[in-house]
Amino acid sequence: MRISVQEARDRIPHHDIILETTVRLMVPFIQLYGLYVIVHGHYSPGGGFQGGVILGASVILFALAFGLPASQEYLSEGTNILMANAGALIFTGIAVLCALLGGMFLDYSALVKILPIDPISWRSHGIFLVEVGVGMGVMMIMISIYWDMASAGHLDEGLHMASASQTDKVL
Amino acid sequence: MKSLALLATLVTGALLLYGTADFAAWGDPQSPPNRNISVHYVEQAVKETHVPNIVTAVLGDYRGYDTMFELVVIYSAGMAVMGILRRREDQ
Repeated sequence: MRISVQEARDRIPHHDIILETTVRLMVPFIQLYGLYVIVHGHYSPGGGFQGGVILGASVILFALAFGLPASQEYLSEGTNILMANAGALIFTGIAVLCALLGGMFLDYSALVKILPIDPISWRSHGIFLVEVGVGMGVMMIMISIYWDMASAGHLDEGLHMASASQTDKVL
Repeated sequence: MKSLALLATLVTGALLLYGTADFAAWGDPQSPPNRNISVHYVEQAVKETHVPNIVTAVLGDYRGYDTMFELVVIYSAGMAVMGILRRREDQ
């Protein structure tokens, strides 16, 4: 596909200092809030799903402002897939571990054989452990779905950039 | 093929809607869920799990099986999108 130089220039993501500064300031606070929502799920509304989505949104916001490759410098494709799988495996792994240790599937009080504390406390801590797994999985899957949707699976540039290499050739 | 998929969706949807006819009446205090299990959660959740937030206790402990497959659903959705869309130039 041939495109004119002007069209190609229009396709290059321009740097907007207001947008980039705002996002750079917001992302750490969004991530801190996401972590808070996950770890405070025992005491207030929230938990793994909500916190994971907030954490994922922070990276998606970063990718929207700085472009998709910039977000992958902080979170590579390999780490993304690895942590998505780890999140799902933490939950199912703990569930199976409970069964292997003589309890029922997902009966966290069976984990008392690993660390001998009060079984009732283990039920509380078990919930926290699986919430961490849920948070990790949801965060990484949300980012992965955004990456694929925004770049039609090429993971080069977001949204309106059809292909970065095409514009490079024309210029 | 598309009409077959539509038919399967409609039949499944109709079956699910038919199943809701067996649900307890909305807000009925005498229905079995409200008489048995809800009372147990409200009275025993903090004692049994040491989690002050009953929603978290039900979600993560009593209904942990449901939550586990919620995560698996999201995981499968992500893997499906990845499998259908992801194309790298160097591959």
